[in-house]
Amino acid sequence: MLTRRTFIEGTAATAAISTLGRQAQADDPISVGAIYDLSGPLQGFGDNQWRCAELAIDQINEAGGLLGRQLEVKLYDAQSDMQFYNQFANQLALRDRVAVVQGGLTSSSREVIRPILHRLDTLYVYNTNYEGGVCDRNFFATGATPGIYVDLLLQAAADRWGKRVYVLAADYNYGQISAQWIRKAAQSLGGEVVGEEFFPLDVNQFGATISRIQAAEPDVVLNVFVGPAHEAFYGQWASAGMNQRIPMMSTTFGGTSEIVRMPPEVVNGIMVIGSYYESLDNAFNQAWLPEFRRRYGTDYGYLTDVPIKDWYGWTLWAEAVRQAGTTDRDAVIEALETGISVDGPGGPVSVDPATHHCFMDTHLAEARDGEFKILQRYQGVAPTNPAAQCDLQARPDTNTMFTPDI
Amino acid sequence: MDHALVVGLHLLHAMASLALISVGLAVIFGMLRVINFAHGEFLMVGGYAFVLSAGAGLNLWIAMLVVAPAAVGALGFLVERFVIRHLHGDIIATILATWGLSLFLIGLAATVLGYHQQGVAPPFGTVQFSSYSIGIYTFFVILVAIVTVVSLFVWLRWSRSGLLARGAMQNPGLAATLGADTKRLRTAMFVLGSALSGLAGAVLAPLAGVLPEIGATYVVKAFITVISGGATALTGTTLAAALFGFTSQAAAFLSRPVVGEVALLVVAIVLLRLLPTGITGRYFRKAL
Amino acid sequence: MNWVRERASLLAAVAVGGALIVVVPAVAEIFVLFELTLFLVLAILALSLAWVWGFGGILCFGQSVFFGLGGYTYAIAVINMGDSTVPLLLGILLPALLAGILGYFLFWQRISDVYLAVITLAVSLIFYYLTGASAGSEYRIGNALLGGYNGIPSVPPINVPGLPEHQVVYGDLYVLTAVMLAVVYGGLRGLLATDFGRVVVAVRENEERAQLLGYDVRATKLTVFVIGGAIAGLSGVLFAAWGSYVSPNVFAMTFTAQIIVWVLVGGLGTLSGAVVGCVLVQAAMTWLGEAKLADTNLVLGAAFVVLVLFARRGLVPGTRSLLADLRGRARSAP
Repeated sequence: MLTRRTFIEGTAATAAISTLGRQAQADDPISVGAIYDLSGPLQGFGDNQWRCAELAIDQINEAGGLLGRQLEVKLYDAQSDMQFYNQFANQLALRDRVAVVQGGLTSSSREVIRPILHRLDTLYVYNTNYEGGVCDRNFFATGATPGIYVDLLLQAAADRWGKRVYVLAADYNYGQISAQWIRKAAQSLGGEVVGEEFFPLDVNQFGATISRIQAAEPDVVLNVFVGPAHEAFYGQWASAGMNQRIPMMSTTFGGTSEIVRMPPEVVNGIMVIGSYYESLDNAFNQAWLPEFRRRYGTDYGYLTDVPIKDWYGWTLWAEAVRQAGTTDRDAVIEALETGISVDGPGGPVSVDPATHHCFMDTHLAEARDGEFKILQRYQGVAPTNPAAQCDLQARPDTNTMFTPDI
Repeated sequence: MDHALVVGLHLLHAMASLALISVGLAVIFGMLRVINFAHGEFLMVGGYAFVLSAGAGLNLWIAMLVVAPAAVGALGFLVERFVIRHLHGDIIATILATWGLSLFLIGLAATVLGYHQQGVAPPFGTVQFSSYSIGIYTFFVILVAIVTVVSLFVWLRWSRSGLLARGAMQNPGLAATLGADTKRLRTAMFVLGSALSGLAGAVLAPLAGVLPEIGATYVVKAFITVISGGATALTGTTLAAALFGFTSQAAAFLSRPVVGEVALLVVAIVLLRLLPTGITGRYFRKAL
Repeated sequence: MNWVRERASLLAAVAVGGALIVVVPAVAEIFVLFELTLFLVLAILALSLAWVWGFGGILCFGQSVFFGLGGYTYAIAVINMGDSTVPLLLGILLPALLAGILGYFLFWQRISDVYLAVITLAVSLIFYYLTGASAGSEYRIGNALLGGYNGIPSVPPINVPGLPEHQVVYGDLYVLTAVMLAVVYGGLRGLLATDFGRVVVAVRENEERAQLLGYDVRATKLTVFVIGGAIAGLSGVLFAAWGSYVSPNVFAMTFTAQIIVWVLVGGLGTLSGAVVGCVLVQAAMTWLGEAKLADTNLVLGAAFVVLVLFARRGLVPGTRSLLADLRGRARSAP
């Protein structure tokens, strides 16, 4: 029989245990998971992604951590191999029981770990430009999608050079979908795609293509190259003297420090678009970039918007945890869905509740002597979401990847 | 007319590039019967040697034509002396060892040099054929390929050391009995093959760039070209490079780039089906 | 004496197999099982090459073709059918069929040695380029988008035949894989003990002599090759089911080379060596990915070179002869 006395004792004991528990919790660090390609062909991306992520995590910890607890990051090197993404994503969710997983570069790596983390109720933040379309309540993306990028680029081209565009793209989902957006954008500007070629990821001979471009005489060439083999294009393009004759634009150039690796006489004049370049002169970047260089020296290459998004990803998540007052997944998702916003080196970034993608400033820039010269700033560019395909507020159970109906 | 000329030049360039990337492997395979899976990384090291020394202010041509071959030749010497020699021609052991070496060199380049070395722009200007322009460097690549292959032929055919090399490769036992130092000869040939790979890596660097992983783009094509060439490595490789380079570039011209890649592989398969021991297994047996 | 050693090795194999199937799932945590599942899936693939190369004498640089085809077949079929039973069988049959066609092409022309290696490698790369070029919504088979280099994501897991809602995942998939590995290993050992197995080895040792003794060398090699293709296909099916995912990388040069490395590390000409080599190399790579002591390529590459220089025949034969040496020394000691 439950007497008053035993009841009091019982609740006191429970209270003692829960206080103990809270104390233990307050001292325990928060485990968070990171998977990056720190070796293998994608190392050129992965190294700087991790540097940006590490900087964000260190800054959070130096400022006293989150909810009074330090972040303890479990970092895994996926070695540019999808099989390791699979292993490590499971390990992070099942063994390390982390509060959030961030990382991944290629779309394939994302589509390997996204379903795993969805099934195992572990929040996933992906910080790379990609083809767009993922609609999943458990997933947030800080990267840009190509729809807006190509609209802005083609508009800039039309203002300067003309509307006849020749498209060179990686034979890859990102390249294919970008090419569709380009066709649509050219059409709505009253322009024309006069040529379109797709390259397997390891093709590095472009002689035939360059001759075809010479025959087609477009006003501008727009490339969506992916990976190291395609870099060979620029040297061959310059060797044929084409960099003096036909302007070149790219949505991908710069992601692996090409701007400092390639000779200026080869790459000068290439027009690019992105949310971050080291040359941005906003106050935040004036303080942020020296801090980055203080930690990592100067031989890290050159930062553009792919690695920088990993800094945003971690900072946004931390802000959401502060707002939610817990690392619990659902509470953090709800906090992120309030349209949470953080300032950063590329300007303010805020979450779009409907798509779980981000609003961000976007910059048109031009390669010039080992640096990107900023030409124009577009403020708070919205993520592409054709015909409101994705609306996680109205339909939170969606878990799919839409192919944009272009 | 101009179009035909431009297409012809690109075809020549494709054949020349393939010959360049394969010739070092051909020397090593033809003479030592060793398949060097680190071949792609030898090219990579050649590219880095060139880019780094040119970046340090050395004359471009000395960096390309002297430093790069010398550096990779020295690497080849170490590899032969400390690894290959101890495997006594065991083909399976050499596969594993050179594969390991390949991974090791990639890892070393990624660790020591990183991904951010500045490349070198292709020197020379361009020539104009009506609306087409072609880099003069394209002609230079073709020239280097021709000079390399021809001088190898001349050396093997007419010089005393070339004769010795041929003899030792055809019948090492007999050559040793006749007083030839086959051990030293094998080292010398491995170094020669390595130096040629270094040269190729440097010559192609301005057009292809240099990265730790660049070797993977070369090694498969070089491997297929050399093996399809057959037992008489130099002749066979030159013919195979011409055939494969022509086919893949022609297919890329007529269709999409991926068709060019697949065409090369299909031609290699059909070729080996018809000539199961390579081109020189049946024809040109008396060649070099 | 030989008989005793044969029995001892059989007993050891049964003990290890029993432990893997019964003991490990009872004690290991779920993520350990998940990781071990992958190692065992790949060990089946390693066995297929150990069989084809180590016993059949066929230097195949394209064993990944059958693995990848198995994975793709399973993925495409299961996405369209829902129930995994037929897709699983198709994932074994189709690679076996391809091995039959390719083997006919190769062995009837007496292509051998490195030439065979180049052809199989080229076939593998053709698959790599063709699957890689399948990005875009026009490349679909039924409901399955091929996805180019991104591959096919969200492949449904294996289910209990006829009961699509009973999925075989995590611990269950581990047990299934371990049983499959045991069946393949036991099956190959059993096969080697038959007359056919002796002919296979005879052909490897000396093709001409086997031919002169009246054995059909070509048919023997073809049979070996088809069996190897089917086993690799099975491994590919399990791989796709394990990862819910398959991509052109399974056809790439690096993957195909990895299989060769497993077999060589363990020791060519043994079956257990392939399993040991595969598990060790994979575990080392995983560990390096976690520990991040140094660049994975750097460490692994150096390890292979050292291994070749000091244990050229591979770990299992090397250990065996070391044990034999010790035993001999113990016996000769006073």
